[in-house]
Amino acid sequence: MKTNTGEDLIQRRESFLNELSKKLGRERKKEITRPAWKVSPQLDVLKNVSQDELTSVLEEQCDAIHTKFVKTTKADLSNTILDTIKLYEASSVITWKDERFASFDLDSSLTDWDHAGIVEYHVWNSENRDESVAIAERADVGLTFSDITLAESATVVLFSDKGKGRSVSLLPKTHIVIIPKSTIVPRMTQATKWIHEKVANGETIASCINFISGPSNSADIEMNLVVGVHGPLHAAYIVVDDA
Amino acid sequence: MGMHIGDKQFDKRRDEGLHDGFMRQAVRSAQTRLQTNRSKAADALGGWESWRELGEEIRTHTLENIDYYLEQLSDEVAKRGGHVFFAQTKEEANEYIQNIAKEKEAKYIAKSKSMVTEEIGLNDALEQIGCEVVETDLGEYILQIDDHDPPSHIVAPALHKNKAQIRDVFKEKLGYEHTEKPEELTLFARETLREKFLQADIGITGCNFAVAESGSFALVTNEGNARMVTTLPKTQVTVMGMERIVPTWEDLDIMVSLLTRASVGQKLTSYVTGLTGPKLEGEADGPEEFHLVIVDNGRSDILGTEFQSILHCIRCAACINVCPVYRHIGGHAYGSIYPGPVGAVLTPLLGGYDDYEELPFASSLCGACTEVCPVKIPLHEHLISHRRHIIEEDKRGTFSENLMMKGFGTLAKSSGKFNTATKFASTGAKPFVRDGMIEKGPGPLKDWTINRDMMPPQKQRFRDWYKKREG
Repeated sequence: MKTNTGEDLIQRRESFLNELSKKLGRERKKEITRPAWKVSPQLDVLKNVSQDELTSVLEEQCDAIHTKFVKTTKADLSNTILDTIKLYEASSVITWKDERFASFDLDSSLTDWDHAGIVEYHVWNSENRDESVAIAERADVGLTFSDITLAESATVVLFSDKGKGRSVSLLPKTHIVIIPKSTIVPRMTQATKWIHEKVANGETIASCINFISGPSNSADIEMNLVVGVHGPLHAAYIVVDDA
Repeated sequence: MGMHIGDKQFDKRRDEGLHDGFMRQAVRSAQTRLQTNRSKAADALGGWESWRELGEEIRTHTLENIDYYLEQLSDEVAKRGGHVFFAQTKEEANEYIQNIAKEKEAKYIAKSKSMVTEEIGLNDALEQIGCEVVETDLGEYILQIDDHDPPSHIVAPALHKNKAQIRDVFKEKLGYEHTEKPEELTLFARETLREKFLQADIGITGCNFAVAESGSFALVTNEGNARMVTTLPKTQVTVMGMERIVPTWEDLDIMVSLLTRASVGQKLTSYVTGLTGPKLEGEADGPEEFHLVIVDNGRSDILGTEFQSILHCIRCAACINVCPVYRHIGGHAYGSIYPGPVGAVLTPLLGGYDDYEELPFASSLCGACTEVCPVKIPLHEHLISHRRHIIEEDKRGTFSENLMMKGFGTLAKSSGKFNTATKFASTGAKPFVRDGMIEKGPGPLKDWTINRDMMPPQKQRFRDWYKKREG
């Protein structure tokens, strides 16, 4: 495979791989089948657990990862978001350009708050990288939607896309994630299975798949946990009943 | 810097460790905390032994078919428009990355934590051509600004430093004016490094696991610096040791679940970031250009040998966190960026017995490392194999060791002589006993008794005691 300028994308592969098969004492393998593994303990974790129970597991784990947890309804969602924004004394928000903001009737609320001078509202603009990054860097809050949510580890899985910039969940001081309750699954196993199946079907997967569990942290100084390092200093999850 | 750290002999490094009171206290408390967290997390998961078995099975299969999976990985990266360079040596890897930096006329390079780039000495190579390279992991950053103090642990590199020392380094090198509180030190690093992320021309990362089926790779982190490095710079270079690969995303689940629990006792780290190629068309952030550099640097020589399973290692440091020898001598004593039991096995394989023949002996063979390894690498058995190679085959043992081994061989072969020798051990040791302990032993006991006393041989032998007990 070559680049536009005719340069090989893969360099020095053959001699490298031939050396490996030689050391392994056999010819190069051109076809193999991944065996069925003997055990599968991952499938037993939170097996046959209801959506409500998964939500409770998620809530409990949020405590362990310094993340605020709120439950709400569709009707109350925008109020809950505003309360959460106020809780962090935030004055500016950047969101993804994502149709879910319209389907949950949030873009109109955000526009109203902006007009009323309550909070400055920006949407990620993929046409202008530098400006979008600069806005995200200044913003107090990055507001996103979880694509898949892992109960066990209280993890939101975010797939990057044109309107879903990586910076929105990374650069602002606080990351607020809206979690539609239907996106909650037991653990990483279900999310990676979904990605694996997409790959097996020949579909294109996102260039960046973020599994995010709470705010950034570090224990590099005398093993003391400090919450908030390079990524957001605070994280809040808002679970909305979308049934 | 390369894999080798420090320039003294092993016994000097060891003694320095033994006499460093702060470091030993720091290591003890870190080990205790990490061990406790690990075992709590393993218990909470349930079926830990099944998980380990699965981890071992996946790693064994992957390494047995490593040529196939690396071919698949590189094909998939190229399909997404990424570049792949296979580097047999560290020189090849460094030269390739230097050329990228030259081509991009890069001034500033931001790096997230990576053991393999330490191993190949990439920072030096890039600084030689005039780039400014910034380590952005907090621990690595502290070490870098402290005149490149070497790491002493593969997960917590600055474990040997206390907060007052860190405050002094920040003050002296960066004009820091606040207290030694970890929160304030961290906030200062956040603000200082934010600028570096925004101005970086190239981002360089390591790789926890590549995923062959989709040409992806995953970074397992907590601080968010690896996300910065893969979001903001326009060019991204990822360097991976050739064995750091899994077949599919489903296998990635297992390896990450084992890694985060075994290393720090977390269910997942704050960030597990799965990246595939450069950014897709229409996306604004993420790199425009992506290079994956796959490094051999001595690893292929381990394939097909009795040591092959050391390539299964996922760099969790669980073995380091339970090792009683590491507890006493600390990371720097190993003379390698890979310390502890994994280092004692891997370092001599990558760096040769000439420089590292002492390391396999820096172990009590208690087997705690093997017991906690999440992918069931028989670490202490590898240490025994090393010892056999060093002493029996290569005749590299010290003179008194050879004499002792030879003597022991003769004695053990003849039950009469063995009985005599063990019976007389108690009497023979008498001149060395003070207050019931041997404080200054002769010959092979000398090194042992420099730092601790030894029990003299018992008057009654185990064999005799056992016989009497039966009767």
